[in-house]
Amino acid sequence: MSRKQKDILNQILIQIFLLLVTASVLFPILWIVSLALDPRNIDKPLELRLIPPGASFAAFHRVLLEPFKLLCSDPSDVTSCMTFGRLLGNSLLVALGTSVVAVLLGASAAYAFSRFRFIGREAGMVGFIALLMLPASATVGALYVLLSQIKLGAETLRTTLPGLMLAYASGTLPFAIWNLKGYFDTVPRELEEAAKIDGASATQTFFQIMLPLSLPALAVTVLFSFMSGWTEFALAWTLLEAPSRFTLAMALRSMQGQFSTPWSDFAAMSILMSLPIIIFFFLAQRYIVSGLTAGSVK
Amino acid sequence: MVANSKRQPVSAPKKGFGAFLQRVKESRTAWTYIAPAGILMFFITLIPQFYQIWMSFTDYRVKNLRFVIFNPATWEKYAPPFVGLDNFIKILTNSLSLENYNFWRLLLFNLVWTVVNVSFHVALGVAIALALNTPKLIGKKIYRALFVLPWAIPGYITALTWRNMYDDRFGAFNQLLALFNQWFGTHFATDTRWMTVAQPPIGGPLAFLPLAFYCILLANIWLGWPFMTVVATGALQSISADLYEAASMDGADGWRRLWYITLSLIRPAMVPAIMLGSIWTFNSFAPIYFISQGGPFGQTEILVTQAYKLVYNQRLYGVGAAFSLVVFFILLGITLIQNRVTRATEAYDV
Repeated sequence: MSRKQKDILNQILIQIFLLLVTASVLFPILWIVSLALDPRNIDKPLELRLIPPGASFAAFHRVLLEPFKLLCSDPSDVTSCMTFGRLLGNSLLVALGTSVVAVLLGASAAYAFSRFRFIGREAGMVGFIALLMLPASATVGALYVLLSQIKLGAETLRTTLPGLMLAYASGTLPFAIWNLKGYFDTVPRELEEAAKIDGASATQTFFQIMLPLSLPALAVTVLFSFMSGWTEFALAWTLLEAPSRFTLAMALRSMQGQFSTPWSDFAAMSILMSLPIIIFFFLAQRYIVSGLTAGSVK
Repeated sequence: MVANSKRQPVSAPKKGFGAFLQRVKESRTAWTYIAPAGILMFFITLIPQFYQIWMSFTDYRVKNLRFVIFNPATWEKYAPPFVGLDNFIKILTNSLSLENYNFWRLLLFNLVWTVVNVSFHVALGVAIALALNTPKLIGKKIYRALFVLPWAIPGYITALTWRNMYDDRFGAFNQLLALFNQWFGTHFATDTRWMTVAQPPIGGPLAFLPLAFYCILLANIWLGWPFMTVVATGALQSISADLYEAASMDGADGWRRLWYITLSLIRPAMVPAIMLGSIWTFNSFAPIYFISQGGPFGQTEILVTQAYKLVYNQRLYGVGAAFSLVVFFILLGITLIQNRVTRATEAYDV
């Protein structure tokens, strides 16, 4: 066999393999898309059809425009119910807040661990890794009591979105610090040394040299912390009280009823909630690869 | 992602008191950078964790939730009784009054779950990354974009989707089998209760794994390999083509090149990813909790789903706290062993 024939055969075999992988990746996704398009809003689809009979965007229409009747401040007043727009506002606030806090505080701490040799450094690093491994299942009670102690005017920090945001940010910080420190370690020191000779302070070097050079790792940290704020619902159910503060993830969870689920609505909302994350992934894909691996590959 | 502790400070170390003063000064700057994250984590993560450790030595139940440490009026009435190591003993000797509870079976299942999952994630992840790395591959960009989807979709949405695909009457799998029967005239059963069949598909030493295990395994493999592919792709892109040419000239065939160059060079990137993946899989709450809910008869329960049920269903906060600590020590042990093994082999690297 000539070299060229070999290449073509190789290409065909790999294409078959990758097409099989693609089919398995897409199967569950297409299934949920077909549910969302099903006009009957049945619990489960009755047959395997990608495009159900009479496919329509009615479920998307309902989710986006109709009020969520289960999430109302006053059950007798429909205008007090949450809408997709208001839930989205809360979710964006919490998720963006979480990622901003996590990336700012995380980068600052990671810089110290990467660039200074100081008293308590090893203990600090070990402490952060230990926090990654400690399951938090029973800490929710303590967090509840603790956040209830901080009063903000008439209410406590526990029932507000900033309180939730701080709780999420704190949860994502160990990974953020770990990942950013790994990346900072690979940034050559010579640049900072040069800046130092030119009279730049440590803070200036951090903001003007370190951060711009670490965009991939920063992107990964933003993405992961945004995702945790965007999808978490268990802690939010425990801490928040007023339906006007509820998030999209909580609303999606509330759709999973004990006896029945408006299945098309659930599927449509799942797709709407996944879209921003998927778009973010696509935009940052190049960064994600290097942001996650640069710490270990030269 | 990995700590690079080999790098030493650039400035030459001074000696004596001057060195000590400089170290104190550097420590002060360093801790100023850490302070914002440190203070937040101290209050939101660390104090509740310490509280959890204290709870694990008490018989903390629902009524003790009224106990507020800042309010002395609640101390006498609501403080939980101290029970020493009682919770831990109950957990390890299977003396909890829970249905189908057996700690050692849970631990064994959890370990099997982790090892099988991570092996599949790594093998598939690397294989797909290698396929994607083929020069002149048609459609490379499209594949790369599609293959992050399982990772990009929020975990509990995919978990709930998979659960419904395994529905016995309306799920996609039974419908797919029905379609298959129709097309090829086969006679597969189309009413399998994927999640509740008690008869294990493989007997003998694997009889403790119900059909539900293989079903969740499939779902979790689907979820897990894209992360490994992303990491492996990053590592593959950093391998210089010169190495392969040199190896070809030395007469190394395809398999040898794969083994001696590709796999050994992506190993430094894969090791921390495998460690991270092991921790994630060991504590993979969503797939188990949402797909099989631990069934049938608690056979697919893992430690974290059991801990969650202790806290949220049973309301045994003290036992739940002790359970979290037990899980922590197991994970710590696994991580230390992994670290030891990977360090030990590192010495043989070129």
